[in-house]
Amino acid sequence: MNRKITFAQAVNEAIGQAMQRDRSVICFGLGADDPKGVFGTTLGLQKQFGPERVFDTPTSENGMTGIGVGAALNGIRPVMTHQRLDFFLLAMDQLVNNAAKWHYMFGGNGNVPITIRLILGRGWGQGPTHSQNLQSWFAHIPGLKVVAPASAADAKGLLLASIFDNNPVVFLEQRWLHNMEGEVPEQFYTTPLGEAQLLQSGADITIVSHSFMSVEAVRAANILKSHGIHCDVIDLRTLAPLDWNTISTSVQKTGRLMALDTSHSFCSYAAEIVARASEQHYTKFKAAPRRIALPDVPAPTSMALTKNFYPSAREICEAALQMVGKSVKIDAKLFETGSPHDVPGPWFKGPF
Amino acid sequence: MNKDAVLDSSVLMQLYHRQMLVRLTEEEIAKRYPEGKMRCPVHLCTGQDAVSAAVGCALKPDDLCVSTHRSHGHYIGKGGDIKRMLAEIYGKAGGCSSGKGGSMHLVDRSVGYIGSTAIVGNTIPVGVGLGLSIKLKGSHQVSCVFFGDGAVEEGAFFEAANFAVLRGLPVLFLCENNFFSVYSPLRVRQPEGRKIHEMVRGLGLKAEDGDGNDIVEVYTKTKNAIDYIRSNSAPYFLEFYTYRWREHCGPFFDNNLGYRSEQEYLEWKERDPVELYRRRLVEQHQVDPKKLEQIDSSIMREIEAAFEFADASPFPEEGELYTQVFADSQGGVK
Ligand SMILES: Cc1ncc(C[n+]2csc(CCOP(=O)(O)OP(=O)(O)O)c2C)c(N)n1
Repeated sequence: MNRKITFAQAVNEAIGQAMQRDRSVICFGLGADDPKGVFGTTLGLQKQFGPERVFDTPTSENGMTGIGVGAALNGIRPVMTHQRLDFFLLAMDQLVNNAAKWHYMFGGNGNVPITIRLILGRGWGQGPTHSQNLQSWFAHIPGLKVVAPASAADAKGLLLASIFDNNPVVFLEQRWLHNMEGEVPEQFYTTPLGEAQLLQSGADITIVSHSFMSVEAVRAANILKSHGIHCDVIDLRTLAPLDWNTISTSVQKTGRLMALDTSHSFCSYAAEIVARASEQHYTKFKAAPRRIALPDVPAPTSMALTKNFYPSAREICEAALQMVGKSVKIDAKLFETGSPHDVPGPWFKGPF
Repeated sequence: MNKDAVLDSSVLMQLYHRQMLVRLTEEEIAKRYPEGKMRCPVHLCTGQDAVSAAVGCALKPDDLCVSTHRSHGHYIGKGGDIKRMLAEIYGKAGGCSSGKGGSMHLVDRSVGYIGSTAIVGNTIPVGVGLGLSIKLKGSHQVSCVFFGDGAVEEGAFFEAANFAVLRGLPVLFLCENNFFSVYSPLRVRQPEGRKIHEMVRGLGLKAEDGDGNDIVEVYTKTKNAIDYIRSNSAPYFLEFYTYRWREHCGPFFDNNLGYRSEQEYLEWKERDPVELYRRRLVEQHQVDPKKLEQIDSSIMREIEAAFEFADASPFPEEGELYTQVFADSQGGVK
């Protein structure tokens, strides 16, 4: 039995172990050395590895990303950190035009082993510009790897794999996962990119999920199980490259596909999963495949407006019942989390 | 030698009133925030109140203004409706942004407050674009862009400032240098010894600095800058030194974290813009302290009423989630 640590501590441990193992690993970003350590994920690193390798930056996302790309082209492995994905949007040029394409457009001459950690906000009125989950933008770009862990153990293993991958990796951390605990091995290990994990197995429905939605998926699958519906819950872990095999095998078994997404439905990652499954397995479908995603409107701030904005175990269960054609009434109490809908738990006191 | 002599007493009293409105509103937010009803990040400007108030008073009501995450003071200073600002922070339907934007997205177009946004540097080009629109329309307004010392590190600042100089746009760049970007002090972000207002002269901007805790100085310098902009068709850059008292985001104090010293905070607090000005009015202008107290209590009543309004207002209907994604496209074709 491994010790339990939080997702944030697992991220912190991964960066520390990477830096210890390889002197070329550096860690920087706005507030990388701040007293709160980017929600605890960079705490103590500067003290341990010094200000040459762990440093705060000017408020210059695009420039600093390009600087990371340049350093990576010459043998450094930068781990760049952003407190919100939304702030990183200033750097799309460097990410998309340089990091993602360098290896290809110079015919294999040079590669960009940079890892860019982006934190995805949610709740407490984070609103339109502090809670965007734009994984489908990144996954759309050839040459980028996109990672979105759902557990502490995966956060560590996947982050270490990302740092030592020779390509640019966008590493997505959902803020609500940071304080979730899980068993995490103490030693150095990598979890291969491009391999999904089957969190639960069942013959009735394939639920494909990632990041925080995998937490909701497992909650839903447990509730559904008690009503006689059994799900394959596939936590993708890596969005690009995609582990298609695992999904394909499962869909052929169950004939029912529900793709979950932490972002808007239109042109979403879930849409890609549904499209691909429909192309390849349409004869196997027993029910129309479903996307469960956010509505196609910006995230509002008011808690009155976010009440039905984020799908949860409830929506997953409702969709599952429809897909198997069952009409049972699920006790609403099962969906209660004990916290207001705009916070992940009592530990979250706002404001950021 | 009395540099206030040029200001008539109605301006002096307007400055007092506006500054107190900013201060007392922010402090009331800080007091009530732990109730858990203002469920969005708030970046309070207590300590920086003089800049908000003085610049707002120096601008005309039809001059335009954009701002940042730390915008309550700018909004109030420009004459924005406090009730609607608080209702927005409470997430209510009657909020200035219908509850969609929260504290970081304030708007009151009736007083030229076009909007504040939460991405650092994000409204600097927007403010320059407003300047372009003013020039195209020949309307003699000024576009004021508020931002912090952190924002000049963004490329967008340089790109926008360059264009404003190039095209001679009526833009007031208003930089509040409070020495920190969240917990990061200036020294880890900009080279030692560099002054922001000196640096931007290299871009061709007319630029000046000043004491941001001296409301009269801020007012006078801003007035001069605005006159310059209007008469020379050129942008102007003002850097005011000031200090945020409370934590970067949220209602509390955070000097215990160690990113800045309690001592430094106390030194700035000694130079509280509100106290400095109160003393000045009483000592140099023979204003009766009782009169100031009366003003304070009438402002406090206004603020309490605004909080009551915000708290009692209804939340938006569920369906509002889906409205306002697009503007009505009718009437676009001329
Ligand atoms: C592009 C971007 N990067 C980072 C952030 C996170 N952030 C929010 S406020 C802030 C501080 C900016 O400092 P400054 O511009 O000096 O304004 P101040 O908070 O001191 O008023 C930062 C870094 C952001 N909102 N947007």
